[in-house]
Amino acid sequence: MDKTSTQAEETTAPEEETPAPAEQAAAPAEEAAAPAEEAAAPAEEAAAPAEEAAAPAEEAAAPEEEIAAPAEEAASHEVVNAEAAHDALTAVDPRLLVREQGLLGYWAEFKRKVHAGDLGSIPVVIGLAVIAVVFQLLNSNFLSAKNLTDIAVTMVGTGMMAVGIIFVLLLGEIDLSVGSVSGVSGAIVAVLSVTHGMNEWLALLVALVSGAAIGALHGFFFARIGAPAFAVTLAGLLFWLGFMLQLLGDNGTINLDGDGVVGKLTTYFFTDIAAAYGLAALAVAAYFLGAFTDNRRRAAAGIPSRPVADIVLRSVVLAVVAFAAAYMLNQDRGLPLALVIFLVVLVATDFVLRRTAYGRKIFALGGSVEASRRAGINVTAVRVSVFALAGFFAAAGGLFWASKIAAANQSAGTGDLLMNVIAAAVIGGTSLFGGRGRTWNALLGALVIVSIQYGLALEGIRTPVVYMITGGVLLATVVIDSVTRKTQRTAGRA
Amino acid sequence: MPPGATFLLSHRAAFHRRGIPAGQAAKEMVHVSATPVLALRGVSKRFGAVQALTDVELEVHAGEVVALVGDNGAGKSTLVKTIAGVHPIDEGAIEWEGRKVGINRPHDAQHLGIATVYQDLALCDNIDVVGNLYLGRELRKRGVLDEVEMERRALELLKTLSIRIPSVRIPIASLSGGQRQTVAIARSMLGEPKLVILDEPTAALGVEQTAQVLDLVERLRERGHAVILISHNMADVKAVADKVAVLRLGRNNGVFEVASTSQEEIISAITGATDNAVTRRAARTAEEQK
Repeated sequence: MDKTSTQAEETTAPEEETPAPAEQAAAPAEEAAAPAEEAAAPAEEAAAPAEEAAAPAEEAAAPEEEIAAPAEEAASHEVVNAEAAHDALTAVDPRLLVREQGLLGYWAEFKRKVHAGDLGSIPVVIGLAVIAVVFQLLNSNFLSAKNLTDIAVTMVGTGMMAVGIIFVLLLGEIDLSVGSVSGVSGAIVAVLSVTHGMNEWLALLVALVSGAAIGALHGFFFARIGAPAFAVTLAGLLFWLGFMLQLLGDNGTINLDGDGVVGKLTTYFFTDIAAAYGLAALAVAAYFLGAFTDNRRRAAAGIPSRPVADIVLRSVVLAVVAFAAAYMLNQDRGLPLALVIFLVVLVATDFVLRRTAYGRKIFALGGSVEASRRAGINVTAVRVSVFALAGFFAAAGGLFWASKIAAANQSAGTGDLLMNVIAAAVIGGTSLFGGRGRTWNALLGALVIVSIQYGLALEGIRTPVVYMITGGVLLATVVIDSVTRKTQRTAGRA
Repeated sequence: MPPGATFLLSHRAAFHRRGIPAGQAAKEMVHVSATPVLALRGVSKRFGAVQALTDVELEVHAGEVVALVGDNGAGKSTLVKTIAGVHPIDEGAIEWEGRKVGINRPHDAQHLGIATVYQDLALCDNIDVVGNLYLGRELRKRGVLDEVEMERRALELLKTLSIRIPSVRIPIASLSGGQRQTVAIARSMLGEPKLVILDEPTAALGVEQTAQVLDLVERLRERGHAVILISHNMADVKAVADKVAVLRLGRNNGVFEVASTSQEEIISAITGATDNAVTRRAARTAEEQK
């Protein structure tokens, strides 16, 4: 193509220059065409090296990018390549970001987090919204105050057990026995209080302590003997199921006093509307004051702190959610006791995990066992105690389940309960790989699981389909967890 | 006697003068007035049939960087572990600031003021920089973690060591290898140790990161810490160390002043090039001629 076109140009050019005899001119033109061809060929050759030259130029550009990567690592050191450092996923202290950029800082922080695979509670909040919309469209009773209150009460059983599982997941381990242990707990209370006439408070205490002891036993075999937690708790699953059936005896079902301590767990409501609003106000005030004084201390110590506007904004969001929930609960029976207990447990466990040395040790073990050992952490003790906590919360969850049906029966703690508990923890955002998660995840995760169950129940969908849907949700969650972990790896954050 | 043999002989003699016995040589060279922070006297360690260390002598003074070099299996790691309390010694004595001490557990070493930065960094990826610095010795206020004070002190520490990190509240996983190594070293500084042992701190690092770590080693020396630096990299050793202690097959094979020793001499001490059939024969013939 190029050749012919240049040829044409070359030939026309002499024609113009030599307008004299056309025939004569034609011959030189042809002759001129030949050299033109020759000239064209070198031109092409010249073009080829030019392309080759362009290629090295590109290659040269690539190393520059590679150089940019270390540069951004050492960005703090010396801003070698400011643009590269800016574009890359450099981890900036979010507090400074918000302070410097105002509202834009939130957006930048959000983008950075999503890019780095730090999704936090985003998937579960989206999931909840989808669940609410879909089930509300299917059945207008789904978002009614009564149904939502029922969900809030029912999720406490699953949620309590999920709190325990979250502790274990933070270590990067798993406890498969929580379902059976919850059944044992219900059976212990029923047998002691109903069959043997023991004080119900005492029976409740015995059940909780037994749960902790069972968990500690699993922890001992795992941490001290070195058996895999998966296998130990799988054995526990079967053993404690058998133990529960043995406790319940031939009868199989022991009815509890619906007005007793355990019975009240899920049936008592603070009917005064001041209770729900008061709790909401208390929560918001406590959050704001806590964050504000903490920030003041930071500022006083001269270390990065969040601007006050940021704290106000967060408090406002919390207030909206809290008061909306309080309003909704007051439309029905009021503030459920079960929910209050659950929230107290969540606040307490979150405090332990994030504000105490013990919690720090749990996260450390989830990150690197060897590093923890070298830092002087008693690995065995922490592991045993975490499994004991899982057992304790399994037992607590079992009490709520027993309270819900006002009985201890043979099917307690079986079926899909274990899967639901693990799913609740993982859906909430706790990683299966250890070292990442919060106990508040239990609230969101349990809310998702129980909402799905209630929504499907409203539609009259039977158990087989419920199982399949719950299984699908769990799989989706695990996939999200794995994918975010991969993203975090590539973003250098895991 | 051929001229070559003379050279070898004289070289070996020089080596004798300078290197062996190590303890004496070291004493002559360093200011004798100061008591060494740590002194190993005839330390031996045996693992079953394997004699890992035999009569090893080592002295480290305050404000001095001693490089510990040797081939694989020379006993460097074992020696460091005896100092760090991972393996108690079988024979010999460990002197700390002039008095004899027993180091039987890692806790003993930490109590004396020995901090060890192991080759694999021993940091938790999921915890932020402050959390890692204070892992296992968190500051508490009424039983609650004092995050503010920890963060303040962490920033202060990193500043005095001239370590620059984007934020002390990002997980360790976000840091580069060099930054992680500097965090690991900074972590060892928290207890104000008198002796810092660095096990191959630059092994997995790039050029710039290596420079950062070497800078840090120099800063430790300036602050008056004694440093034992294990390294395979002669360039690093020449760059920061004051003395080089060579181990070969679990024994001392010389202690050299870095300033007055060529790299070749150190390498020949590491590989044992000065102790082979040729030199032994040369030594024998020299004796016979006498």
